[in-house]
Amino acid sequence: MGNNINNKFITEEVVRYVARLSRLSLDDEGVSRFQHQLANILEYIEQLNEVDTKDTLPTTHAMSSIKNVFREDELKGSIPLEDALENAPQRHGNFFKVPKVI
Amino acid sequence: MKEDLSDINAYKNWLIARAEPLTSVAAMLVDRASRIDKDIHAFAAIDAEAIVRRASRFEKKDGKGRLWGVPVAIKDNICIKGELTTCGSRILEGFRPPYNATVIEKLQSEGALLMGRANMDEFAFGSSCETSCYGPTRNPMDLSCIPGGSSGGAVAAVASGQVVAALGSDTGGSIRQPASLCGVVGFKPTYGRVSRYGLIAFASSLDQIGPITHNVADCATMLEVISGYDEKDSTSVDIEVPRYTESLSKGVKGLTIGIPSEYFTGGIDKDVSERVNEAIKVLEGLGVKTVDISLPHTKYAVSCYYIIAPAEASSNLARYEGVHYGRRSPDADDLIGMYIASRNEGFGLEAKRRILLGTYSLSSGYYEAYYLKALKVRTKIANDFNKAFDVCDCVLTPTSPTTAFKLGERMDDPLKMYLSDIFTISANLAGLPAITVPCGEGRNGLPVGLQLMARPFAEDVLIQVAHAYEQKR
Amino acid sequence: MSYSEKYETVIGLEVHIQLSTKTKAFCGCSTEFGASPNTHVCPVCLGLPGALPVLNRKALEYSIKAAIALGCDIQQKMKFDRKNYYYPDLPKNYQISQFDMPLAYNGRVSIILEDGSTRDIGITRAHMEEDAGKLLHAPEEDSSYVDLNRTGTPLLEVVSEPDMRSPHEAHEYLVTLKKTIKYLDVSDCNMEEGSLRCDANISMREKGAAEFGSKVEIKNMNSFKAVKDALTYEEERQVELLEDGEKIAQETRQWDEKNNITSSMRTKEETQDYRYFPEPDLVPFEISRELVKKIQDTMPEMPGVKKDRFRNEYRLDEKSADILTAEKDIADFFESVVAEINDPRDVSNWIKGEVLMHMNECNTDIRGLNLRAADLAKIIRMAKDGTISGLAAKETLSACIDTGKDPADIVKEKGLKQVSDESELEGIIKEVISRNERSVNDFKAGKENALSFLVGQVMKLSKGRANPKLANEMLRKKLL
Repeated sequence: MGNNINNKFITEEVVRYVARLSRLSLDDEGVSRFQHQLANILEYIEQLNEVDTKDTLPTTHAMSSIKNVFREDELKGSIPLEDALENAPQRHGNFFKVPKVI
Repeated sequence: MKEDLSDINAYKNWLIARAEPLTSVAAMLVDRASRIDKDIHAFAAIDAEAIVRRASRFEKKDGKGRLWGVPVAIKDNICIKGELTTCGSRILEGFRPPYNATVIEKLQSEGALLMGRANMDEFAFGSSCETSCYGPTRNPMDLSCIPGGSSGGAVAAVASGQVVAALGSDTGGSIRQPASLCGVVGFKPTYGRVSRYGLIAFASSLDQIGPITHNVADCATMLEVISGYDEKDSTSVDIEVPRYTESLSKGVKGLTIGIPSEYFTGGIDKDVSERVNEAIKVLEGLGVKTVDISLPHTKYAVSCYYIIAPAEASSNLARYEGVHYGRRSPDADDLIGMYIASRNEGFGLEAKRRILLGTYSLSSGYYEAYYLKALKVRTKIANDFNKAFDVCDCVLTPTSPTTAFKLGERMDDPLKMYLSDIFTISANLAGLPAITVPCGEGRNGLPVGLQLMARPFAEDVLIQVAHAYEQKR
Repeated sequence: MSYSEKYETVIGLEVHIQLSTKTKAFCGCSTEFGASPNTHVCPVCLGLPGALPVLNRKALEYSIKAAIALGCDIQQKMKFDRKNYYYPDLPKNYQISQFDMPLAYNGRVSIILEDGSTRDIGITRAHMEEDAGKLLHAPEEDSSYVDLNRTGTPLLEVVSEPDMRSPHEAHEYLVTLKKTIKYLDVSDCNMEEGSLRCDANISMREKGAAEFGSKVEIKNMNSFKAVKDALTYEEERQVELLEDGEKIAQETRQWDEKNNITSSMRTKEETQDYRYFPEPDLVPFEISRELVKKIQDTMPEMPGVKKDRFRNEYRLDEKSADILTAEKDIADFFESVVAEINDPRDVSNWIKGEVLMHMNECNTDIRGLNLRAADLAKIIRMAKDGTISGLAAKETLSACIDTGKDPADIVKEKGLKQVSDESELEGIIKEVISRNERSVNDFKAGKENALSFLVGQVMKLSKGRANPKLANEMLRKKLL
């Protein structure tokens, strides 16, 4: 499978863009590897275009009959501060601590 | 008397006869599991102290509860309060949820002895249980083979007799495919039948928690315990839970089973089609009527799934970046650097692949062509089944096109790995209940599984048919 | 401004209204303002793995109510979507919002222009979403601190059409919007507390041009005044650039209150790709016409209608009616007092004057003042029938607000009763006349001012208790 055919489905540039959006960083080898694998997968997925969906509605929820699920405006379910911060990788007093947001 | 973990009733009888405090039984079970698991690695880890501690809490209770003292393995993506729950991933290293999943509350209220963290493909991405950061699980039937995935550990724990039952999760076949490859019963309920609250999400519109057992009767019991409306889950359905155990005695006379031609074409192992065809004969012998049906959009199921599932997963996994929980990389000076380093170090290759694929199909310019298109094809797939259920009560297919493959065999070919799920994926896309039951072995001695799918909320029909078949076999 | 002949300003506003439900949009944590950090949190709003959202019914009802008041079309079907981006105050790294099927479309807010005429500012849409948490910056360390109490609080985002043509109009839009929403009691609408937030979009184009100019987004405006000032600054900045032949960069700028300028925020190389898709953890919603009608029936009389009614029913002038209907609570209070003492003009004056002054001093609203309508009515009546002087009435009101005591008791305790008995005043009048010969002569010579001075002296000598009108009459009688 030559690069030309592969690039039709996804280019290395797009892989880098998508990696940035996903907060992943890939080295050149990684970009190349993922580009090949994703292009393969996307090529297979092209077959979806064979299906005529002109008049078809999308299914976003498997049980389309469920609608209007609510909870009432009542205090419920809050957890103690220590439980909330228990898994925090770093904390400062009662706050989560993160490197500075530039 | 030797311990009997082959089914719930046999185990409970043994437990009563044993007349020992639950804590010492628990200690014995842990010890036994650790020995058996040396070669199999069904468990990411067995927390002996936690298990015995839980047993001591139950000891004070009076022994009532449908699952009292029954050892149940829990897949590593179902939250148990205060216990390590890490989805087979480095990025959730050290994470202890401060709350129980709803299904855990239900199991505990029936006295089940939770045996901890069954190994799984990282974040449930996989069909072989090879992508866990804790290393692979092996198939108890042949240690050189994979058990299937992503609930490979839960299935292997049951199949190797370390536990009586297990809870797994199924997004594209993750309960049924491994159950089929290891020769046990696996059930994916209708979407919305079982609460997802506390199930660490992979693909929210496809995930369901389900039971893994040795036989259909136990499966019915487990389903009764874990099913039901949960006000904490907007997608759970408020429909009464039937007594599934009552379906066991109903027999199958008068039922019609649809055989879809698309599931019996080339690409299936000969052994698999032979065993499944034999099973069809058995069912016909019991009085079942079979009809040929067509599910014409079957061949698009994998493509459809591999757009929708990674898309939802890419969003569900965005929260793992070391800010509020999980592993934070020590190597970062600024915020974005921290996000990137934590995620790079924390996620394995398959996770990254799916995140990239999912982000891509949702990104600006590609959404219509990919995500929206897949959602429409999903409608078509669901409609195929709607039409089919006009003429039959359930649909019968092989669960997996092959028996278990060798460790490492498909790791370098993601697409080939994805195609392992070709028969199970449609049930998730359409939200249907589905069960796999063992139906024999291939020439290699490896198990073959038979799948049955039914209308939404027709779990009882599946129990009815599967049990009748199992008893006759 | 000279440029207004050549250029037209085009302004649109995005306003986020924090709804005053007791609990958050998708979980049962409290929305109470000012709590200790990370104490109003749970697995859902913390974004813990496995947690799931469930919509707060009241948040929907409040949103519908607000959208009705803004004249919007409430949609029959709506759903939620995920807006995906990374930020530490957003624990899931996506916000549950609404993209292509929002709650409402096509509303309007009527504003009064500088020349007194009215104009409708269009509202494109109103949608529901959840709030993010708070980030605090630690200057010493290279860290920031995250408080997730506010995460998950329900918001209604109201997006206006780019219909405003001046900073003044933008200001009026905000004032009117706030007044309207506050009437419904669905939000505190307090910019200082953050329950009302505003981002602006502004562009300039040559008058008569068909296309809009480059849009600049302005953030970080913390008061209505700041919005007006920031937009005014932007108008000038953009015109200057255009006159110099330069292009306006499409960017986001922040208002710098200290230096009264807008400055560019870090320009992003690419516009944010939010990858909106339908939220799979929430089901779609159908809003029946019955529900909309039910909520419509609970709507109070809205400010515009109330103001007209006040003008007609109570014969108030435009300005007074405006002030009294600025807040529903004040209007209700006014009507309660008028029910006790049927003198709308007097009551109006008292509220516009003394009551509002006390509210400002105590930095509170009418409810916080704890003044009973019946008590104000009593005070006004006592002043009217001469029991106490005008000054004493003001004093009584202060004491009443401070102590909550009955005005009659206060008057008795403080001895504020006006002396309206001629015989009681006789002595003081005589004294004043004897002490102020020059003024007496001035008055006799025809200077009216001198009488006022003498009356003042009577007031002084009587420690403010003399009835000034009576003092005036008695002095006049004696001296003429």
